[in-house]
Amino acid sequence: MSAIDTIPVETGIDALDALESEAIHIIREVVAEFERPVLLFSGGKDSVLVLHLAAKAFWPGRVPFPVLHVDTGHNFPEVIDFRDRTVERLGLRLEVASVQDYLDDGRLQERADGTRNPLQTQPLLDAIAAGRHDAVFGGARRDEDKARAKERILSLRDEFGQWDPRNQRPELWDLYNGRHTVGQHVRAFPISNWTELDVWRYIEREGIELPPLYYAHEREVYRRDGMWRAISDVSPARPDEVVERRTVRYRTVGDMSCTGAVESHAASVADVVAEVATSTLTERGATRADDRISEAAMEDRKKDGYF
Amino acid sequence: MSDALFRFATAGSVDDGKSTLVGRLLHDSKAILADQLESVARTSAERGFGGEPGAIDFALLTDGLRAEREQGITIDVAYRYFSTGRRSFILADCPGHVQYTRNMVTGATTADAVVVLVDARNGVLEQTRRHLAVVALLRVPHVIIAVNKIDLLGYSQHAYDTVASDVAALARELGLADTHVIPVSALEGDNIVDRSANTPWYEGPSLLELLETLPSLDELETEFEALRFPVQLVIRPQGALAHDVDDTESFRDYRAFAGRISSGTVRVGDRVQVFPGGATTTVTGIDAGSASVDEASAPRSVSLRLADQLDAARGAVIVAEGALPEPRRELDASVFWLGAAALRPGARVLVKSGTTTVQALVPEIVGRRDLDSLELEPADLLEINDIGQVRVRLSADLPVEEYAAHRRAGAFLVIDPQSGATLAAGIVTAPVTPDTGEAGSTTRTTTDTEGVAA
Repeated sequence: MSAIDTIPVETGIDALDALESEAIHIIREVVAEFERPVLLFSGGKDSVLVLHLAAKAFWPGRVPFPVLHVDTGHNFPEVIDFRDRTVERLGLRLEVASVQDYLDDGRLQERADGTRNPLQTQPLLDAIAAGRHDAVFGGARRDEDKARAKERILSLRDEFGQWDPRNQRPELWDLYNGRHTVGQHVRAFPISNWTELDVWRYIEREGIELPPLYYAHEREVYRRDGMWRAISDVSPARPDEVVERRTVRYRTVGDMSCTGAVESHAASVADVVAEVATSTLTERGATRADDRISEAAMEDRKKDGYF
Repeated sequence: MSDALFRFATAGSVDDGKSTLVGRLLHDSKAILADQLESVARTSAERGFGGEPGAIDFALLTDGLRAEREQGITIDVAYRYFSTGRRSFILADCPGHVQYTRNMVTGATTADAVVVLVDARNGVLEQTRRHLAVVALLRVPHVIIAVNKIDLLGYSQHAYDTVASDVAALARELGLADTHVIPVSALEGDNIVDRSANTPWYEGPSLLELLETLPSLDELETEFEALRFPVQLVIRPQGALAHDVDDTESFRDYRAFAGRISSGTVRVGDRVQVFPGGATTTVTGIDAGSASVDEASAPRSVSLRLADQLDAARGAVIVAEGALPEPRRELDASVFWLGAAALRPGARVLVKSGTTTVQALVPEIVGRRDLDSLELEPADLLEINDIGQVRVRLSADLPVEEYAAHRRAGAFLVIDPQSGATLAAGIVTAPVTPDTGEAGSTTRTTTDTEGVAA
């Protein structure tokens, strides 16, 4: 075992250690009890974190499941590049469920508001069925949204992928019940109990690489709905919107057409930790147009089979 | 080392001011951000909450589902997060009215402490008793009674003293471990974060001070307990090594047992035994990801390398030498029945304990607890929200311990083999018979664990 360095004995366990151990325990339980797990991987920080935890859970073995990207076609190029490099580096198999394919052959229609986030559900469910995946890991956290605050760590979905919030299994001790019947699958959320600040402190501690747009950079942006939106083919400015160059960063990375940036000079992970610790807005409130549709926007999407 | 994690649950009915208390804790610890507050203020105004403009209905912060907001009720346990610099908190907010046992059980199984709200004007009510009964049976280490709305009684010491003495009597009766009683006004913020000048006669800590200083379950347990490590899976990568393993030769025969330490501490060089079988070997390495450590304690997830090639797989338990659990085919257990369908004698179920799920039969319902007297009464079925005593026959040996002696080794799920639904939370107890008046005690000193064949 010459390749292993010995580190000093630790006397206690802090919040990040406790959260890490809980997440690794959940990931191992799912791998032990399910036939064909898959990880939803967008290249966003939460899915990168789950992948990092999975790598730790099975080291020195490889991560024993593939990753699935639901591709809206409205991606930040830096994120796709990061996704491909990560998959290559870890020797993973990448499955892609493409919203664009569904639009091209007419199975889905573009929405009037141009956002493709709600269109992800059908390609996701089809990919889960095609891959015969009985467990789907996601990086959702309970502190993100009121509906997610009521989500279980293991959450049963029927063959339509639906979440029934009024009929959830009680979650007792750290005993997870993943029993399901044919056609059902289970969504597994190993970082349910992490906050945005926990995620960033852990990224700092572990030196985890993220797509560069999480850090401050200059970009052509315009103001819409109180957010800075990037200029791109899929998110052009309207004639009345003023395009300017600003120093921004992204707190969440999703579909380019509905993800906003925040003004920030946080260029390093330490800067981001300091910024998040003093932020007065939630990450979704600050950056997601689709969650502003109504009080229950996330709940409605989740009931239909969304992450 | 940064702050430690502390999990607590809040219980009490809506009228006790629980939502206001939770809102106050989150608000005063700056866990509610501007956009959430704005959204809640907007909805509060739309619903015509309160008289004055800007009044906030804190319940809207925790009621996450559309049906909850529309009906003004809380359906399910909601999880909230805040930190104070000294500790990071996970708050399980358990609604009081609908299915209170189910919610209380869910919140209490993982809690380091439970905060039970009592309205100072009403004192200890039937529901308070029931909440505390669940907390006592599940052995939550700390109970905090928040005597709320003390402002409405002019900060009367007498009102506080009355509740405090009722609680003390109840704590003795139920066998509650560590009980604290605090006079608070969630609305005015008295004794929530800071000690209040309005209650000079109260010399104890504020609610938050208490939550910041009480020892957590793991802090309490690792000190005393022997190592117990249920094996989740075996890591044996053979050729399929991770990308960052450069010395592939030395990992060719790597084999380790992955799991989460459920009690105690393991050190390299420790002598351990493996259930089933009881074979003895030595720990040669402890891996946490790609780092190797000299020791690790509960509740760490690690991988253990052992000196001998043992035939152990998922379901095996690695324990300190001499601490091998007795294999059990029959259990005496308390069950918190959560399933819609009633439990009847002869039911076939699944039991999940640690990393093992086995078929099981419930030949006998010993009795049901009267939640007011807590006495065990004869019963021939258990319905939803009942707490009962049963005998369970298992299809394979399980390495369980009594819950009172070892939480993680004595807790189990009862699962419906057809639907997969979780039917009950179960805890292994000493044999119990109905009864006799030993209210609340499921842990008599009987040492006979053989069980009686039904």
